[in-house]
Amino acid sequence: MGQQMTSGTMSLRGVAKYYRNPNGERMAALSPLDLDIAASEFVCLVGPSGCGKTTLINLLAGFDQPSCGSITIDGKPVTKPDSERIMIFQDYGLYPWKSALGNVMFALEAKGVAKSEAKATALHHLEIVGLKDSAERYPHQLSGGMKQRVAIARALAASPQVLFMDEPFAALDAFTRLRLQDELLRIWQEQQPTVVFVTHDLDEAIYLGSKVILMAPYPGRLRKIVDIQLPRPCDRTDSVFAAYRRELFREFQLVHEEAMDYAI
Amino acid sequence: MNIGFQKIFSHLVPTVGLLGFISLWQFAAGFYPPVQLPGPLDVLRALRELMTDGVLFSHISISLYRFFSAYLLAVSIAIPLGLFLGSYITARRAMDPLLQVLRPISPIAWFPLAVLWFGIGNAPAIFIIFLSAFFPMLLATIDAVRQIPAIYLKVAANFGAGKMMVFLRVVIPAAFPGIMVGLHIAVGTAWIHLVAGEMLGAQSGLGYLIVDARNFLRTDWILAGMLVVGLLGLAIYRAMRQLEDLLKRRWGGV
Repeated sequence: MGQQMTSGTMSLRGVAKYYRNPNGERMAALSPLDLDIAASEFVCLVGPSGCGKTTLINLLAGFDQPSCGSITIDGKPVTKPDSERIMIFQDYGLYPWKSALGNVMFALEAKGVAKSEAKATALHHLEIVGLKDSAERYPHQLSGGMKQRVAIARALAASPQVLFMDEPFAALDAFTRLRLQDELLRIWQEQQPTVVFVTHDLDEAIYLGSKVILMAPYPGRLRKIVDIQLPRPCDRTDSVFAAYRRELFREFQLVHEEAMDYAI
Repeated sequence: MNIGFQKIFSHLVPTVGLLGFISLWQFAAGFYPPVQLPGPLDVLRALRELMTDGVLFSHISISLYRFFSAYLLAVSIAIPLGLFLGSYITARRAMDPLLQVLRPISPIAWFPLAVLWFGIGNAPAIFIIFLSAFFPMLLATIDAVRQIPAIYLKVAANFGAGKMMVFLRVVIPAAFPGIMVGLHIAVGTAWIHLVAGEMLGAQSGLGYLIVDARNFLRTDWILAGMLVVGLLGLAIYRAMRQLEDLLKRRWGGV
């Protein structure tokens, strides 16, 4: 864990992503941006659709390459996905032919861990997310919240320095969502990975993030970075929470109005 | 209507349908000489006749032998080739024109060549059955690999799984339900072409039984042969279905 304290530092310089629309024109999914993320920071990317938040997290995770600029994590350029940096998806990405245990073991076996050891480690991580009793169940026998817990256990089993989460709780019902937010915070506090969390829910961003990055669309860009000074977990009805909420909502409103102007 | 009655009713309907057909058949047979249209009882008598001297069973066993050897040969070539072509887009592009041209050719059209190449006996029949099973299996396997959700491969890449592990532990199981569909379709097409293959060049088997009976004007034997083909085909199809359901349950209903 000591090593994890100091790693997972991300640095982006002049990073942009362009694509060609059907007319052959060059469009910016993400216009050039600079960004620094410190080790063990919990960063939330929020913004309306088209703001490039998913593009950005895919670039950070190495699933996609920027059109220009450089991304480094702990000083090394990101060129491809790495088991030090695990992405958690909205639709879980669990293998339906494997049990919960088998899915978590996959992360370890991919690293070459022997089966018996992998099983013990996987069970430990299922226990962390409260699913030890469901280890033998298959994904279709699990609820959405449980599936996402398995995906989190699988990610943790790889002991990554960075967790990328792309709207991981967006498909879950409100109560499950609140509970998983608390569990995620607890895991983050215990293991201290750097977390980059994409969401379109401002409350979720404030509740989780030590830093909230508001993004704006057309072209996708960083709009405002807000450091959140709240204890974790915090009280959602606290006046400081409400102040952050007001600040971000006001900014969000402006983003929306501008986007509407653009659309017209 | 209570549930018990509904259950009986749901079994009754197909039985009544079948009995209705058989009595219509018996009725119609009354208007024709047995050589032209034997009745159901004639066919049952013919079936018993064929069974008593063991002729029927030797035809059945040789047909099943041809069917299963051709089917397994098709499985062992089509599935590895399909996995390969599904995984490598360049290879698939290279093979696509050939496949598109070969696929619409009826396996029966290969028959003259099959006899030229393999003579008569088991080989040409096996070749025809093989062809009829090969293409549905190949195309289903290619599709199954191509339709693997990208997220499965993304996850595997993220955790640093090696190429071999991705292929064995992700690609094959992910494609499995789709491959199963191909295997299922191929059972049907292969069984249909079994009779055709045996009618054309073999000296034994159910297809041969049917053409040979025509040569002797034993119409009752023809219909008995057809009935056996139908019942065996149904049995194989059912067995396949059971296997598929079993595997699907294991696979979590994807």
